[in-house]
Amino acid sequence: MSDFVAVFLALLLALLVALIVQSRGASIFAALGEVKFVERNGLVISAYMVTAVSVWVVFMIVLPMLYMVDFSFRHNLPPSEVGGPEDVHTLKNYAYLLLGRKGDEELLNWLHLGVFVRTVLASIFVTLLDLAICYPIAYYMAQVAKGGRARLLVLCLILPFWVNEILRAFAFRILFGTSGVINSVLIGAGLLEEPIDFIRADVALYAGLSYAYILMMVFSLYNAIESLDHNQIEAARDLGSPWWRIHWRVVMPHAKPGIASGCTMVFMLAAGALAAPQILGGPSSLWFTQVIYDWFNQGANWPQGAAYAFVLLVSCIAFVLAVMRTFKVRLGEIAR
Amino acid sequence: MSADVELDHVTIRFGAFTAVDSVSLRIEEGEFFSFLGPSGCGKTTILRAVSGFQEPTEGEVRIGGKNMRGIGPNRRPTALIFQNLALFPLMTVAENIAFALEVRGASRAARRRRADELLNLIALPGQGDKPIAALSGGQKQRVAIARALAVEPDVLLLDEPLSALDLRLRQHMRTELRAIQRRVGITFIYITHDQGEALTMSDRVAVMSQGVIQQIGDSATIYDDPATAFVASFVGENNPFPGTVTQLADGQAVVDTALGPLRGRNGRGLKRGDKAIVFVRPEALRVGAGASEAGTTIESQVVTKELEGSLVHVRLAGAGAKPITVSLTNDGTVPVLEAGQPLTVVFDAARAVALPTGHLADE
Repeated sequence: MSDFVAVFLALLLALLVALIVQSRGASIFAALGEVKFVERNGLVISAYMVTAVSVWVVFMIVLPMLYMVDFSFRHNLPPSEVGGPEDVHTLKNYAYLLLGRKGDEELLNWLHLGVFVRTVLASIFVTLLDLAICYPIAYYMAQVAKGGRARLLVLCLILPFWVNEILRAFAFRILFGTSGVINSVLIGAGLLEEPIDFIRADVALYAGLSYAYILMMVFSLYNAIESLDHNQIEAARDLGSPWWRIHWRVVMPHAKPGIASGCTMVFMLAAGALAAPQILGGPSSLWFTQVIYDWFNQGANWPQGAAYAFVLLVSCIAFVLAVMRTFKVRLGEIAR
Repeated sequence: MSADVELDHVTIRFGAFTAVDSVSLRIEEGEFFSFLGPSGCGKTTILRAVSGFQEPTEGEVRIGGKNMRGIGPNRRPTALIFQNLALFPLMTVAENIAFALEVRGASRAARRRRADELLNLIALPGQGDKPIAALSGGQKQRVAIARALAVEPDVLLLDEPLSALDLRLRQHMRTELRAIQRRVGITFIYITHDQGEALTMSDRVAVMSQGVIQQIGDSATIYDDPATAFVASFVGENNPFPGTVTQLADGQAVVDTALGPLRGRNGRGLKRGDKAIVFVRPEALRVGAGASEAGTTIESQVVTKELEGSLVHVRLAGAGAKPITVSLTNDGTVPVLEAGQPLTVVFDAARAVALPTGHLADE
């Protein structure tokens, strides 16, 4: 019934458009010609660009997302009951993350909430770690190194990222494993008696995640710091400033948009990472994405998975916006 | 503490290139001292050596008698004003001015007080809370000076700070800079390629070329009594007449040039047979035949005539591609001159100078 109405409405709309185009075609094209964008690019190219961009945005981004949002508000029904009387909207998928199964002794779903909070905190930690690692590198590349040496450094940063993610993750396992390279070296050097379980201690996970997103951070910072007039650094120094104050008062304020965009990207990517936590995470540590993945895959409960994924997405965005507000960074500045 | 700045055989090399070649000089406390030279002559390198951003390859920089080697720019009693000013755009005017005090841990109130004091000094009272971007070019200039003066440096170093301003403002800022220097009474070391700036503001000027000091002296000496062919050709307009010395008399030398024998003061010990150049300033030439002595007459043809307000520049055909310039005061006595017309100009031998051949400033 509803399908029929939709098709009917669409047909009616198409007919209406066709009628309008037929009767007033000339004036429509004339009006189009006056639009700056069309005027500059010509009718064919602008039509292509508008169509391509809108198809991309609508079909690749908006529609699937809307579909998932809709999904997250539905019951997990067997195919035979889809569209049946049971197929109504519900908040139970979201409630589950908060409250857990009905009849549990605990009021809240501590297991999943705990994983969620830990994921966010760990992602913040990874972000800060990356910032600490990358700021000196980016500063060196942007303001200190000259020509060839800066290029060499960029190359050294980029080349390792040709190695794909999964291989890199397993390589980190070898590096950090109980009988891995680091433990072997330390024991061989007589510094350790017993191997340290880096994986259980989540060292491998943090190292892997931090390493995975270093480029995002370095290049965001590099772009921002590179645009700083070197004379400003010299001026601050000439006025008696020690190096840390130069960074605090001159370089960092200037690089703030770059710091914000780097941190945003790293935080979002880390919170949404799946492979690294899967491979490098300790047995007791679960990443929230793994929970989502299990809902979709093992649990075959797409509505539940969609709800969890949206909670992660929305809270990450909210968190990032809140942090940006605190540090007075505008969204437009990040895009620079 | 006295704040004399001494350069003692300072040589600065970048790889095989010698930017500054064994420069020795002494700048007195409270002096307005300028380094004048074309771009690439090494003047900015000297400034960086005094401020501490560049260590000399050889030689010593001494401030107040103290060797500055190994002392960083943040610990020298100097303050530098950059060519592009390098104000901090994300701070207010007052924060900029008080930055050096902030570094030294002064309280907020003390910083504010000093900033207001300096804003009065630079005639921008009450503008401390403005963002830098809200200031005009000349105001930024003055804020940069105030920022540098905030911690009362012994020596203020200025790296072509006026070059970004338009002509009128630049002339105004010259007077202003000089007035500020008199008020604060500290040593100013000024770098410029603009001879007008150097001559009007400075107590003494050092003319530099290719890393070497050509001459040090007050403005009048530099202009009227240049020591080398480079100084004569770089500072002010000048007409060079190269040739060979044929005669010496009364402290003057007669040089046989392509336009006949010409006479000029011989202050640099030219000997008969030496290659030499006689320099005659455009304003020292006048139209007419009334030459009192031999070797002070030039005969040529008019090429063009240009009116520049108070002056009229007449170009005469020279020996080479470069014309001879004659500057006449536009006082109603300038004759009607047609292109191609022959013209005789004369000068006073006391106002011409004969110098040993050397490299000239390229135009």
